[in-house]
Amino acid sequence: MTTELTFPVNEQQLQSFSKDRQEPEWFTNARLDALTKAGKLELPKPDKTKITKWNFTSFSYDAQGEATSSYKELSDAVRTLVGEEEKVENLITQKNGRSTYEAVQAELREQGVIFTDMETALKEHGDLVQKYFMKDAVSVDENSLTAAHAALVNGGVFIYVPEGVEVKSPLQAIFAHEGSFGLFNHVLIVAEANSSLTYIENYLSEGSGEEAAANIVAEVYLEDGAKVRFGAVDNLAGAVTTYVNRRGQVNGRDAELYWALGQMNDGNTVSENTTYLHGQGSYGDTKTVSIGRGKQIQNFTTNVIHFGKDTDGQILKHGVMKEAATSIFNGISKIEKGATKANGEQTERVLMLSEKARGDANPILLIDEDDVTAGHAASVGKIDPLQMFYLMSRGLSQTEAERLIIHGFLEPVVGALPIDSVKEQLYDLIERKVY
Amino acid sequence: MTKPSLSVKDLHVSIEEKEILKGFGIDVKGGEIHAIMGPNGTGKSTLASALMGHPNYEVTSGEATFNGEDLFEMEVDERARAGLFLAMQYPSEVSGVTNADFIRSAMNADRSEDDQVSLMQFIRKIDDKMGMLEIDQSFQHRYLNEGFSGGEKKRNEILQLLMLEPKIAILDEIDSGLDIDALKVVAKGINELRSDDFGCMIITHYQRLLNYIQPDYVHVMMQGRIVKSGGPELAQKLEEQGYDWIKEELGIEDERVGQE
Repeated sequence: MTTELTFPVNEQQLQSFSKDRQEPEWFTNARLDALTKAGKLELPKPDKTKITKWNFTSFSYDAQGEATSSYKELSDAVRTLVGEEEKVENLITQKNGRSTYEAVQAELREQGVIFTDMETALKEHGDLVQKYFMKDAVSVDENSLTAAHAALVNGGVFIYVPEGVEVKSPLQAIFAHEGSFGLFNHVLIVAEANSSLTYIENYLSEGSGEEAAANIVAEVYLEDGAKVRFGAVDNLAGAVTTYVNRRGQVNGRDAELYWALGQMNDGNTVSENTTYLHGQGSYGDTKTVSIGRGKQIQNFTTNVIHFGKDTDGQILKHGVMKEAATSIFNGISKIEKGATKANGEQTERVLMLSEKARGDANPILLIDEDDVTAGHAASVGKIDPLQMFYLMSRGLSQTEAERLIIHGFLEPVVGALPIDSVKEQLYDLIERKVY
Repeated sequence: MTKPSLSVKDLHVSIEEKEILKGFGIDVKGGEIHAIMGPNGTGKSTLASALMGHPNYEVTSGEATFNGEDLFEMEVDERARAGLFLAMQYPSEVSGVTNADFIRSAMNADRSEDDQVSLMQFIRKIDDKMGMLEIDQSFQHRYLNEGFSGGEKKRNEILQLLMLEPKIAILDEIDSGLDIDALKVVAKGINELRSDDFGCMIITHYQRLLNYIQPDYVHVMMQGRIVKSGGPELAQKLEEQGYDWIKEELGIEDERVGQE
């Protein structure tokens, strides 16, 4: 059965939106083409989660919001994530798809590093964007949501690091969402040979919780010897239905891609994260933590697909489910024919805090090559009553004992995250979400 | 200030419907050290677990008061905060939580918001106690009991005892699996706490720990209750002659619970 989706934007509106933004013609045409596809293609089918009734199509599309050049005009929630003004080095903040603040170190500009919003990137670096935008990592016609994304993209950032440039301080982007706005955020990162960078993104909700949809795509391209650390903390409100698809094309030899994802949305979420290891000797590392609460339903699928020889892919996912939350954790390590000496390992662990919570961990190894190593581990369990007894026998209240156990459960992932600021943010957020 | 006291009367405890303790009674006061001895399977560890409130043990009848309060009306954490401590035979491992974080949380558990143990106070104290117990510095940064050897777990229980300074402690076979040097160190730690404000129940098979911690009272447990009590000389006699003479004296054929 085909469910045809109808998005609340027609061709004329899209054309005028694109014109307002002074987008290049190829992009306008790509939007219109994708809009047609979005109505015809099917929804993605995340394994073990039925999403056909989720709200992907009810949202408003009028972007409000004005650019501020002043740090002081940023909201408190955003400023908390940014830290002190004096310490801001490379930062883009956006609200409902429009930039509210942008700062990039002059030194980086001189080295040819591009860190700008999508809107500007399309105007100023159209050729570069065209070369990568939804070409290999995520393609337009995969499903109705990727097509809708290509059609309606209205926010995001573009990062380009030239060959040999090592970006020392992190590039941070904060994407705030408010009201019923449909956020179609695109993040495109290109790391040329022997370059390196750390990128951190935050998604957060502001204001009252109206029904809305977020459709997020991130694409990361790595050439030979490039090294990218990608950190994200997703924290959208309960009324926002999220489709987020983050993929890495690790094309270069010995390139390394590290994902550190804090999946903390309060609404229904489909999160896909895929790393394609093409380059010989390339490395992909995915660490995710998730907390489910309320009645939200979430599906977290991580894929690492090995094409190159000597590739190494690591997946570590921990999730805590409380109240009546449901989450599916799928981990897929796929080793293609020819990827000799590849190594794929994965661990998924789910801790259930209530009788009504549901969690499922599915480790999957798909191996088409003989000369490889692979392993997986998975568990779904409750808090051990003997651990509780032990901690409480030292005077800790039940709440405090649970807090320690949950903290300890997530620590192997959070503690090992390669980006300190993401680590700190997650500690705070976990503390707030669990209690 | 009145001395702490733990008073247990006619205690019956079951695990999975099987009665293990059958009329156990004892009075422990501050300043006193009681040794509870007896062969395997006589209910010694059940006693320790039941008094602390282990979830698998059911108190079916009898009573226990701690400083005059009904112990069995209190939750596990309330018992601890009132000053009861159990050094466990098989302490749990908790991954991701460092020893130091755990012990500091426990020390602050019964303190008000503005009376928390400061980091400096904590470090000074734990350094001192770890030095006394000859524990390596790395100990406090390791995850709670995770990957600890048997002996390390025992020392960690004693470290917690010294840090928390309870009013009454129950030590459940704290000597098992310890070599003689470790035993001396553990004994030193316990002796350090000796005062009128501290009472202790030492549960053990062997007399050897009692060479280093002189008990005031020695009790022998068989078939789920105390069958004989005496002073330190009783422990000495048990060491020399074993338990058979008591069984003969009392006409017990099999001392284990459920075999009578």
